[in-house]
Formats: sequence, structure tokens, C-alpha cells
Amino acid sequence: MTSSSSPLSDEMNAPYARFGQFTPQIRAFLRNPAGVAGVSLLLLMLLMALTASFFYPGDPLDMAGQPLLRPGQDAHFPLGTDSLGRDVVAGLVHGSRVSLLIGFSAVCVSLLIGTLIGTIAGYFGGRLDDLLVHLTELFQTLPNFLFVIVLVTIGQPSVTLISLSIGVASWPTIARLVRAEFRSLRESDFVMAARSLGYSNARIIFHEILPNALPPIIVTTSVMVATAILNESALSFLGLGDPNRVSWGSMIGDGREMLRTAWYLTAFPGAMIVIAVLSLNLVGDALNDALNPRLRSAS
Amino acid sequence: MTPLLEIGALNVSFPGIDAVRDFDLSIHAKETLALVGESGCGKSVTALSLMRLLPPQARVEGSISFEGRNLLALPLSEMRALRGGAISMIFQEPMTSLNPVLSIGRQLSEALQCHEGLSARAAKKRAIELLDLVKIPEPARRIDDFAHNLSGGQRQRVMIAMAVACRPRLLIADEPTTALDVTIQAQILELLDRLRHEFSMSLLLITHDLGLVGQWADRVAVMYAGRKVEEAPTRRLFEHPAHPYSRGLLDTSLHLDRELHYRSARLPEIRRETGEDGEVTFTLTEASPQRIPSPPASVTPILSLRDVRTHYPTPRGKLAAVDGVSLDIRRGQTIGLVGESGCGKSTLSKTILRLLEPSDGSILLDGQDITHLAENQLRPLRRKAQMIFQDPFGSLNPRHSIETILDSVLSVHGLQGRSERHARIAEAIDHVGLTRQSLARYPHEFSGGQRQRIGIARALILKPSLVICDEPVSALDVSIQAQILNLLVELKRDFGLSYLFISHDLSVVRYIADEVFVMRDGKFVEHGDHRRIWESPQHDYTRALIEAVPTRKAPELAAA
Repeated sequence: MTSSSSPLSDEMNAPYARFGQFTPQIRAFLRNPAGVAGVSLLLLMLLMALTASFFYPGDPLDMAGQPLLRPGQDAHFPLGTDSLGRDVVAGLVHGSRVSLLIGFSAVCVSLLIGTLIGTIAGYFGGRLDDLLVHLTELFQTLPNFLFVIVLVTIGQPSVTLISLSIGVASWPTIARLVRAEFRSLRESDFVMAARSLGYSNARIIFHEILPNALPPIIVTTSVMVATAILNESALSFLGLGDPNRVSWGSMIGDGREMLRTAWYLTAFPGAMIVIAVLSLNLVGDALNDALNPRLRSAS
Repeated sequence: MTPLLEIGALNVSFPGIDAVRDFDLSIHAKETLALVGESGCGKSVTALSLMRLLPPQARVEGSISFEGRNLLALPLSEMRALRGGAISMIFQEPMTSLNPVLSIGRQLSEALQCHEGLSARAAKKRAIELLDLVKIPEPARRIDDFAHNLSGGQRQRVMIAMAVACRPRLLIADEPTTALDVTIQAQILELLDRLRHEFSMSLLLITHDLGLVGQWADRVAVMYAGRKVEEAPTRRLFEHPAHPYSRGLLDTSLHLDRELHYRSARLPEIRRETGEDGEVTFTLTEASPQRIPSPPASVTPILSLRDVRTHYPTPRGKLAAVDGVSLDIRRGQTIGLVGESGCGKSTLSKTILRLLEPSDGSILLDGQDITHLAENQLRPLRRKAQMIFQDPFGSLNPRHSIETILDSVLSVHGLQGRSERHARIAEAIDHVGLTRQSLARYPHEFSGGQRQRIGIARALILKPSLVICDEPVSALDVSIQAQILNLLVELKRDFGLSYLFISHDLSVVRYIADEVFVMRDGKFVEHGDHRRIWESPQHDYTRALIEAVPTRKAPELAAA
């Protein structure tokens, strides 16, 4: 179709007004109310995690007041205390640290492994590709969460180990995506041009192909952070988390037995998980629209 | 007689762009009207607005009346009944406009059942008749075939069969032959013309190729930047074009019956300038004589191919895409390579640059055997042979600025000094006729012709001796083709370049090549001096190729 190009874009006319590379994408993103809401919530949560020790110094696992105060009962503990007298707000605030930390570092691990394997398989092809695809499939057929549990129970549960385990269990998604992008971009004319100019493989991979493969990877990453946070919560709920750190999942796990008498002990951390996952999904959707020129309406 | 279709004061705009402005046109019953213009001029948008198939953000104003009914005001249900019924359309890309998971019989009978209310059995019978009508061999057997079983030309025939299935009064053909080979183009146009008579329908033929129009259209409307600049009976337009733009299109388009060769003449160019009031003026330069001496016959070849073969692995075994070809390119010579799509010419060009591995034979670049060199040994030699690609949109990395694109070429080839690199880049961008300001911009900010200039700058910045041009002008508009060809000739003269010029367009090769090779099924079937091969082709295939090129003269019967 020819309708997309300007009718006056001919040889002798100066090209259209200049904008930076990313401004249309960012503008499209900012036009999307869901995306803006998602980013705002995420930023708030990040702020909360960063200022946790400032507003709530000390260990959130220490007893702070009378046990089982209901929300609003004591102005000191606006969301109440649990059966051991620990402040729920302090738990939520400190819990956001663990959840976000594990969420992002787990995805970094899977990005690293997934991009590496996907790049090698997609760019070089051939036997190596076959081998790596089989490896990816092997990992993909393992039930994701069970695999994480197995890995975590092998060692001492700690934030590092949990991040690593979740990352190791989730890289196949990234690897398949990266491989597909590389396979199609490898055949494009500008890569042919780069090869005919004698560019090294590393230069072609990092300089020519990767910047073009980035949009779908970014979108997937945002959704994977949400999944990692859920996985961490599920681990902590089962009591497999780091016992020395409070997390939203462990708070739900602890409060589970008192669900009927002290509902707020599970409801508040539950709500935090919902908000975190929701905001990441909103960001993912908005990024998908903003980075895809076909979905980005020009108005 | 009231016209079949009357478009009045049509305006179509997209956010930020006026695609069609103040456009009017009428088509009478049983006539063929050609709508000619360059890409982006609004001709496809006009066609889609007739069918009301534009995307929702388009704003359409004006009137389109078909058999007395205003199409723009028609309720959607009635419009749907018209589409594929009284008005139908065929598209450019036969590869993607058929549904790959339904048999062609199913797709054909679907239209019949839906518009004419035929039973499944009657529809199938009619579908077979239609396939027979568009000359698909053994229609009763082919009816259960899927799109992938058919060749490009056959798919376009099936599309045509679908379009005429319900005996439309108006058939819109949007670039129906652009994606097809020359020999098939003529057959498709002939088929369309025959069907037009048989069904007494009108044909709106949309094309960028003025050469196509002469033979088949009764009247021609020329469009530029969303406006109609001229409308005239075909013969009058060809003999006395009134508007400078139409004259420019006629003069700049190359054709086989014109004796122009780059060693003796420069092509006419059409230049346009936008005045301060937004008014576009056209200036036309005439063909002017120039002299570029031929290289002496004794010069050593810059490239020698000896019995080169390239195989592709397929599920059914190895397929020889290039099957034992030999050729020599002497310094300063331009070799033209012609052949239809799939004949192996692109595979050959990639093999020469070792982007594909040859399975047999030898490649000598400037006397050195590069057939089996490893990539790091090959790198210093790469600056001797460079390539210009067909698709000016796909061959530049959209994420890099022009400066980055050119700069990384130099740094890869070990040019360390920043200021030296700067000077080389500035020089290269001057040579291809772009401004220095272009350097900071990104590929999407340029038009097709400008991008092709960037591609040329990238190929020339290493000062190669041999440049392989793989269809460098086929993706460009006719008037820009001439500018790029002139540029290539200038650069050849200034730097003593040798070209391997690959094209399916015989008229372009006729202008630019000293010696021509004709390729078919991976082999050279004929080669010879540029004059000899056009005047006395020896091989049947060469003759068929030459005959299939539409002649530019208006037919004598056009007025009838």
C-alpha cells in the first residue's frame, strides 16, 4: 500500500520535520492512559521499596506492638498487626523490596541466558541451532513452578538463589523469541549489506540486529517480571522463601490460618501482588502498542 | 450517455496527510481507463475509496456515484453487496491475496454462493468454467489445489477469475502485473482485455508504468501528489502530452525501442521543485550527448567466474540455483545480467560476494582466488567489490543515522582518524548528491530515491573497483530511475568502476550495459554485445523476453 507515505515525499523535497528516534514511541506510550497508570504505580512501588528503611527502620520481622490489632484500631499501626505483633504496613513496605528485587533480577538472569542462546541459535543456524532448540524444548517441557521448587530446595533459600532459580526456569520464552527475531532479521537486506562490507559477526549481532529485535523483547520482559513476582510469592507462601526476609508471599502464608478471624493479614499483601502484576501487565500492553508502528495510530 | 462511475471533488485525508485532493474522474461503460502515477501519489487510495475499504482514520469527502447511486452514502450492507458483485478488484500481490488454507475452488465458489445464491454444486461447476476462462490448464483437476501449488502468474489468474465471477460492471485492477515476470505480464493484460470484451465491463487499470498503458487503455489519467494533472485519450497523451509532468514521465521512462546508451547519451531527467506557495513546478532536462570511452579489450578482468555452482538444500535434495556459469568482467566494463525472478541472478550476485557459499567452481577477484578464503582473509578484499541492493527500504538499518551507517563501514575497514573518516563521509555524501544535513537523519526520513543514494554512498565509500547492482532501480519510480541511472554512470566515469548490473527490466539493461548475459534456470543461455543481443537475439528465450516488453506506442485501434 502506498497510502502511508507522504504524497510529496519525492526526490527533491526536503524530508519531513525531524524528530528523535524514540519520540513517536514515547508519545504514543504517554497517550495510553493504561500505560501511564501502570508506570505511575510501578514508580510508586519502587519509591516505597527504596524508602522502606527510612520510614520503617528496623527489622519488619520484629515484634512492634500488641498482636492482632485490627486495621484502624491503633493509629500507630494503620493496617493492624499480625499474630506475633508485627506491623503489617512495615511488612508490606519491606516486602515490596524482596518482590521487586526478585522480580527484576530473575528476569535479568533469564534475559541473559535466553538472549545468549536465542542469538546463537538464530544467527548461526545449522547444527548448533538444532542442538540449542532441543535444549530449549527440554527446559520448556519441565513444569515451570515445580522446577523452581526443586532448585530452591537443593540449597539454602536466599534471595539470590530464588532469583537464579526463577530465571533458570523461565529463559526458554526469551530464547525462542530472540531466536525467531534473529532468524528473520538475519535474512534482511541490511544484514546482507553488513556482511558484504565485511562486518564481524559480533558487530552484526550487537550493532545491526539486536537494536531491531529489541521491541518484542522489552514487551515480553515486562510481563515476565510480573510472572517472576508471582512465582516468588508462591514460593514464600509454601514456606520455601528466604526465612530472614519478609515478602508478600510469606505474609499471605503466615496469615492463611487466620483467614476467617484476621482477613486483613492475607488481603493486604494479596492486594499488593495484584497491583504489582496488574501495573506490569498494563505497561507491557502499552509498550506493545507503542513499539508496534501498525498499532500506533498517528493522531 | 451517463458514465458508469463518476467521481466528483473527492478529497481523502489521513491524519497529517492529504492523500487525494479535489479529484474527479468518470468511467464510461465498456472502456478501459488507466490511472497512472508514482508510488504515494494517491492512486491506490482512490481505488480503495471507491470500494470504501479505507482504514477508519481516513476522512473521505466528495461524491462517488456508481450507476446513479452515491457510494459514499450507501449503507454498509448494500455496499457489501456491491463489492465483489457489481464492482470488484484485483490486487498487486498474488502471493498473499489468496487464502493459503482454502482450496482455490472453495474460494471461488464462496463468492458465487454469497453473491449469486448458487448451490454448492452449481457454484463448483461455475468455478471450473471460470478457471477455464482464465486459461488455467485442466481446471477440473486444479480446482482442489491450494495457492502454494500455483505459480505467481496462475495465482493472479485465479484472482482475476474470482474478481469476474459475478460479472462485475467495473473491475479495478491495482497494479495487477507489477509483481510478475515480463513474459507473464503481457499474458495477464491480454486476459484482462479479453474478459473486458466478453463481459462488457469497464476496467480501471491502476499502474505506475506508463509503458503498460499504451497498448491497453482507451483513456489515461495522470496523477501527481493527490491531484489529477492530466486526462486525455491514450493516443493524444502519448503524442501531445499537455502537462509537463506527463511529458516528463513519457520522456524519462526507458523503453526498448529507444536507442540510448550510456556511453553516448545522458538520460533525460525530470526535476521538481516546490515553490514557497507549495506549488510544484517541473523542469525537464533533455537527453544530452556524453562520451564515455570503452575500455580496451586487453585489460585484465576484475572478476572472473569459472563454472560456478551454488546449491540450496531443499527437502527433495539439492537444488542448483546457479548451475555452472562463467563470465569475465573487465575493468571499466558494465555487464548486464537479465532473467526472470527465480532464474538465479540474485543467488549468483550473493555467491560472488561470498554471502552464499559456492559449491563448485572458482571466483577470481582482481586475479586472486577468493572461492575458499576464510572471512578474515576475505575482509581486506571486500573493499574491492561492493553491492547496491534492490530494496532501498530494507537495505538500510532503520535504527542507525546515515552518519553511523557510513562511519561504521570505515571503522570496520581500519580507518582510525576521526577527521579523516569525517572527510570521507562528507565526500561520499556529496558524490551521491545529498546534503550534509542528511547525515544526522535516519533512513525513514528519506524518500526511496534518496535512500538508494545512501545505499550507493555506502557501497562507494570504500572506493571499490567492482560494484554489483542487484536491481538497483526496480523499486523506484520511473522519473527517479533516470536520476539514479545517470548518477551510476557519472560515478563510473569518475572512478572507473566496473558494474555487474542485474535487472529484470530489459530497457534499463539496454541503456546501461556493454555486454549482456541472459540467465535462465541457473544457466546463461545467451550472451553478447549490447547491440547484437537486442538486434539479433539467437536464443528463443531471449526473443521471448524481448517480445514480452510492452511497446510504448499507442495502438492504432485505441480510438475504436
